[in-house]
Amino acid sequence: MNRIAKHHLFWPLTVLAALLVCNLLVEPDFFKIEVKEGHLYGSLIDILNFGSPLILVAIGMTLVIATKGIDLSVGSIVAIAGAVGCMTISKGADQNAMGLVLSAVAISLLLSLLLGLWNGFLVAGVGIQPIIATLILMVAGRGIAQLITDGQIITVTSESYEYIGAGSLFTLPFSIFIVAVVFALASIVTRKTALGLFIESVGCNPKASRLAGVHAGWVIATVYIFGGLCAGLAGLILSANVSSADGNNAGLWYELDAILAVVIGGTSLNGGRFYLAGTLVGALIIQTLTTTIYMVGVPPEITLVVKAFVVLAVCLIQSEAFRNAIVQRWKTRKYPAEREVSPHA
Amino acid sequence: MRNRKYTSILVTFGLFVLMFASGSFLYTGFFSLQVLLNLLIDNAFLLITAVGMTFVIVSGGIDLSVGSMIALTTMISASLVQQHGWPPGVVIPLVLTLGALFGWGMGAVIHYFQIQPFIVTLAGMFLARGLCYVISIDTITIDHPFYTSAAQTKVAVGGGNFLSVSAIIALIVVALAVYLAHYTRFGRNIYAIGGSEQSALLMGLPVARTKMQVYTLSGFCSALAGVVFTFYMLSGYGLHAVGMELDTIAAVVIGGTLLTGGVGYVVGTFFGVLIQGVIQTIISFEGTLSSWWTKIVIGLLLLVFILLQRLLGARRAMQQQG
Repeated sequence: MNRIAKHHLFWPLTVLAALLVCNLLVEPDFFKIEVKEGHLYGSLIDILNFGSPLILVAIGMTLVIATKGIDLSVGSIVAIAGAVGCMTISKGADQNAMGLVLSAVAISLLLSLLLGLWNGFLVAGVGIQPIIATLILMVAGRGIAQLITDGQIITVTSESYEYIGAGSLFTLPFSIFIVAVVFALASIVTRKTALGLFIESVGCNPKASRLAGVHAGWVIATVYIFGGLCAGLAGLILSANVSSADGNNAGLWYELDAILAVVIGGTSLNGGRFYLAGTLVGALIIQTLTTTIYMVGVPPEITLVVKAFVVLAVCLIQSEAFRNAIVQRWKTRKYPAEREVSPHA
Repeated sequence: MRNRKYTSILVTFGLFVLMFASGSFLYTGFFSLQVLLNLLIDNAFLLITAVGMTFVIVSGGIDLSVGSMIALTTMISASLVQQHGWPPGVVIPLVLTLGALFGWGMGAVIHYFQIQPFIVTLAGMFLARGLCYVISIDTITIDHPFYTSAAQTKVAVGGGNFLSVSAIIALIVVALAVYLAHYTRFGRNIYAIGGSEQSALLMGLPVARTKMQVYTLSGFCSALAGVVFTFYMLSGYGLHAVGMELDTIAAVVIGGTLLTGGVGYVVGTFFGVLIQGVIQTIISFEGTLSSWWTKIVIGLLLLVFILLQRLLGARRAMQQQG
């Protein structure tokens, strides 16, 4: 039992389960999944479907944070990728053509790869603090996204493109499969090859890992590129889901939600350790929280207040100073006599 | 080279002059004292926030909650004045105290539980923005005579030019901040902590107290900026000042403050804010350019200044070694 409680997924999964149970109490039909016209419908499917962009961004963010970095520009990359995708399609003659959709996807993914590379270059090549380096793209990125869409909300009517965000495969939303593939790829590459170890060693101590023969620069660049790609995919799913691109509001606050998901999942912001499965659960917690708040009928704006307390609580639990303060108080107040006696026993 | 430490301020100042001069050459009606004064009038709230942020960044921290704090201040003021009929003379001191307390709370969490300022102030940002919506989801317009007169009063500065009340408050804040940063013990402590917290601790400086004071000051400044913003917009709204924290950080960085802490000037921040104002003015004079160009240009400027800081920093490190 103790071993289960100490597992890094214990607390995140407990919170998630508690949230789901709360939902069940409020809405008895919460776990009901129906089949309509060959698709599965239900709140759980919705959580997975609407949560998939956040999960993708958070997976990328996990690896970035593991190298003691942070990527503030993901929200902007989401907006840019969506804008480029929709722009490419809206310029085509036949918006439904498969080749056009594929090239739109390829172009926006290539661009997000380049944006990730740019972040990686600033952090690893020039040696700027990650917060600041990615702040540049965060500020300029929304401007670039609006430049691409010319300040308008671009709407496309392409069923093939819509499929990425709203289509379904084997009765499940297609976006879930994208998430599954990315998650599996990230897990395999970081856990079955040496890359995961390199990332953790760079996060612990870049200088020492360089002396040990790890090329820290390339490792850092790789995680930012991966983060950019994940954000690009999320941007495609988001824009495809609503068949439009909004340079101003697409992906707003995504960087903060993603960081929150990573932290809830047990990855420390100090780098050196990461838990991809924890991040997955963390992102699901955030999405479930949002859904719960909608369902209970509380004004959705209060989500922010709830999130604020969640962030603070999670950080306090992670803070060694806070834990020590609590533990000390507990020890000295409750069992002063026992502690003195125990060594003789 | 005794004046090397002023290089970054000179670069910022030079850039401001250059941009203002090029605007004057390109557009008729640009070169006038009133356009210059308008920079102050339109950016008074940004200036006040940026001054508070300068202290935080010099101390080696960061405050992401400023934009939300401004929104919360406008919301509380509007709600109390407009919906509950409180007199502004009570409301304004109240919101300023609330802002300071909010900052103090964040500072306490940052210091005593050793959580990164980035995360704590992020939580503060969510909290303040969320509280806005708890008060009201809609815009609350203010038509109280005190606020409208504060918004419309023009203070003549000679030659038919004028400043607003907000701009004068901002100038006073800048003057006080310069005094605080360079002529008081508090200011020296901040620079010492930003340079190296460990050394400051060993020297016996009051690190805990100073760090909390810095965040209190920043909270107070953003609340004051919120009051000024209320004068400017004459309304309270939960979506006011979205993304202001980035503009503020950008202004501080463009002003030559090192994000690693320990180096920075309030006067630099002053010109950092004015540079952002000039960019906006040029874009509005141009007419064909859209407002999103502001973001792109500010992003580019951020990049240039950060690279410049790296360059100057690297050269200084080499000199110290050699």
